[in-house]
Amino acid sequence: MTKRYDAVVIGAGHNGLVCAAYLARAGKSVLVLERRHLVGGATVTEEVFPGFKFSVCSYVVSLMRPRIISELDLPRFGFELLPLDGTLSPTPDGDYLMRWHDAEETRRELARFSTADAEAYEQFGKLMYHLAMTVRPMLSATPPDPSSLAPANLAALASVGKTFGRNADHLYDLAKLMTMSSADFVEEWFESEPLLGSLSASGIIGTFLGPRSPGSAYVMLHHYMGEIDGQFRAWGLPRGGMGAVAESIAGAARSFGAEIRTAAPIERILVENGTARGVVLEGGEEVRADTVVSSLDPKRTFLGLVGAEHLDDEFVSAIKRYKIRGSSGKVNLALDALPRPTCLEGIEHKTGFPAESYLRGAISISPDIDYLERAYRDAKYGRFSRRPYMDIVLPTLADPSMAPPGKHVMSIFVQYAPYELAEGTWEQQREAFGDTVIDTLADYIPNLKDIILHRQVITPWDLEQKFGLTQGNIFHGELSLEQLFFLRPVAGWADYRTPLKKMYQCGSGTHPGGGVMGAPGRLAAQKILAEGA
Amino acid sequence: MAVGTPFHPRTSALNKSLNWRHWSGYFTAGCYHDFIQPEYAAIRNKAALIDVSPLYKYSVEGPGATALMQRVFTRDVSKCSPMQAIYTPWCDSGGQVMQEGTVFRLDDDSYQVNAAEPTMRWLRLNSAGLDLTIADRSAAVAALALQGPTSRRILNACFDGDVDGLRFFHLVAGTIGSVPVTVSRTGYTGDLGYEVWIPADRAIAVWDALLDVGQPHGITPCGILAMDVARVEAGFILIDVDYISAERALIPEHTSSPYELGLGWAVKLDKGNFVGRDALVAESARGAGRRVVGICIDWEPLEEIHAADNLMPDLPQLACREPVPVYAAEGQVGRVTTRCWSTLLKKYIGIATVEACYASPGTAVEMELTVNFRRRRVPAAVVQLPHFRPPRMRE
Repeated sequence: MTKRYDAVVIGAGHNGLVCAAYLARAGKSVLVLERRHLVGGATVTEEVFPGFKFSVCSYVVSLMRPRIISELDLPRFGFELLPLDGTLSPTPDGDYLMRWHDAEETRRELARFSTADAEAYEQFGKLMYHLAMTVRPMLSATPPDPSSLAPANLAALASVGKTFGRNADHLYDLAKLMTMSSADFVEEWFESEPLLGSLSASGIIGTFLGPRSPGSAYVMLHHYMGEIDGQFRAWGLPRGGMGAVAESIAGAARSFGAEIRTAAPIERILVENGTARGVVLEGGEEVRADTVVSSLDPKRTFLGLVGAEHLDDEFVSAIKRYKIRGSSGKVNLALDALPRPTCLEGIEHKTGFPAESYLRGAISISPDIDYLERAYRDAKYGRFSRRPYMDIVLPTLADPSMAPPGKHVMSIFVQYAPYELAEGTWEQQREAFGDTVIDTLADYIPNLKDIILHRQVITPWDLEQKFGLTQGNIFHGELSLEQLFFLRPVAGWADYRTPLKKMYQCGSGTHPGGGVMGAPGRLAAQKILAEGA
Repeated sequence: MAVGTPFHPRTSALNKSLNWRHWSGYFTAGCYHDFIQPEYAAIRNKAALIDVSPLYKYSVEGPGATALMQRVFTRDVSKCSPMQAIYTPWCDSGGQVMQEGTVFRLDDDSYQVNAAEPTMRWLRLNSAGLDLTIADRSAAVAALALQGPTSRRILNACFDGDVDGLRFFHLVAGTIGSVPVTVSRTGYTGDLGYEVWIPADRAIAVWDALLDVGQPHGITPCGILAMDVARVEAGFILIDVDYISAERALIPEHTSSPYELGLGWAVKLDKGNFVGRDALVAESARGAGRRVVGICIDWEPLEEIHAADNLMPDLPQLACREPVPVYAAEGQVGRVTTRCWSTLLKKYIGIATVEACYASPGTAVEMELTVNFRRRRVPAAVVQLPHFRPPRMRE
């Protein structure tokens, strides 16, 4: 007789694990099933080359909800964030813009380009603080449905209204942020190209939009509203790579009694009379459970594992319309030595700080808005960017355990890489994509090609095939206004329920969306528990 | 990382205690000695030499300069003659103080604005349609405060301008050695004193000259910690300590009007329009809801409350910037934002913000104080600011 579980969670990504941990914490018997041989989903560390470990997909942490860290006591299970200090934006003429953790130092750097920008920067930060404060409570609440008059729903709506009321002075700005392009939004504040490029780039990450596309300003806020240790906009590198984040959540889940099975791919969700009854693994094994929770993206969940035949047409077409276009890839490099960017030649002599101190944060290849928009133009017509936007980190500077002594790993997030190529397949184009990334970056880092020991190129197709992200979209669906809040993933189903009884969703395709946030997993668990699962 | 001021080669050689503070991104000496008393004593008895280069300085020049000054500042700049200085707050459109600082009128159409925080953006925003140029001179101009009873004698010995004729809040140009400088009779200590404004690339020569001729007059390099005690005695508020700039405040409750800061005297509602005037007209009619006041902790109960635990009174030798609650019968009515022990006055004094009905001098209140790890309340009195103001400051 096989064991019957209170809940089976599909996928051991961070959200699946968070959901499982909360369910188990509430005393439920929980089984998590993961297709791959390790937990984490897109939050993994893998030793891709001997001695070199990579956060293969996601690579930094900021959005992870402090309440989850606290309630699950993640540091006890190995969750440790190392600081990522500042953003270096090299410019094509060999100069750079550095934004440090320290406000005064940043002001001085910005003033090299524009005194007005240097002073506006703090005010801009204050505006983003207020906007983040407006949105923050919603990251910890199930979105109310504005069309429903149910008492609980009205209470939730009132709570949103109250938050807006407290931040009434900033509602105009919020409305602008929700509707504008990131370029227009930052151009209202600043004038210097490297700052405009670097800031507006936050609005395109993971999104099939250019910096001049309306809607990209919200994505910028999504990257601004993370918090670490009470500081908005702080980003950290997990010790041991992103896999350590997933492992810590798994550790918490196990401590509450959850079981986690890896190498357990699921063929389909068992549906009987409109009710989910469990799952069938590849190979035929059946696992029965009172509740089925999917952390996969909505397309994989409903069109793949459930099957359209169990759903009504309107819902199926809404899921089919759900936008999940992949826009990015990654190149992970094993390096023999530290890169030496042109802009940091002789820097210690000029500023007194060693070059290494400029590399401890992110390196953003985003010299100006037009550069980013041109990169997007390539992708619109089915080509990867000839001169891509890149967001780079060198985790080994904070965490030497990621590589052999003296060696380094470099994580390069690359945009744009459209899932659908106009010519050829990604298997044919993968290395050409990798070459383009390296060639572009070598313009800023002349010694790059000499120090590369190994490289791993990950295309949107790889993200789909290997990590199960439909079309390679890192957010399980784009963060565009029509797919956010009570519309995520589709209208009427933003409260983690699904049209099937006893089935829920808890992935980044639900509110509040993507990023290593954990909020969907927690909110889904709350919903499940509230419904008396 | 902070950087050195133009005086860093000299201050770093002297700062044996390695007590550095960050001030607007610069290293400034907190205290050169093991403790601040020798430096504080220099402010009140000799002459303290204090590096105040991290102040922000802007030059505003052109036919529209006076109009900008009148638009931004709450005081009437037209009353300020060439080579005169004024102290003034400036407000946002809601009449909430963004900063306060000094404005030097160098000529009919030429000003230097000295501010604690960057203010270029604000000056520019308000200069629309005015014929003028604004330049950030912060890095180009180094500044030294020479404060204390012998400061006049020192300047007389090395500066060729008319020091004896230099009245309080006036300026004079001249040279020290061969370096052209401007000397203002201003300062942040409430004592006789001057500030010397120097081209940054020649800063060291002026430092050396002052120390050289100042020796017989007891010139003493002094860090900003001693100055902090002196300014509390003098009743000078400090931005981001005794009030929060409206520019930085995150919630409305954190902002303050000039009336609340005790700067109502510096608001000239009848001078014509200026930024924040409408709100200030309304507030002047209504009265400020709270006030910045002096506070003085009663000695005897302080001594008793410590003695009960067999302890000597614990007196803050440095200005303590951790705000503590002020209580009256019905609960908390304010906070003490800076407090210190005045070795000069032999009083435990502070600067506080209290609800207006508790702002009259003599009002009895209580201040929270942690004694022997337990939160206690000690009796205190609201007092008029300043705590200390010697006649020599203006004479």
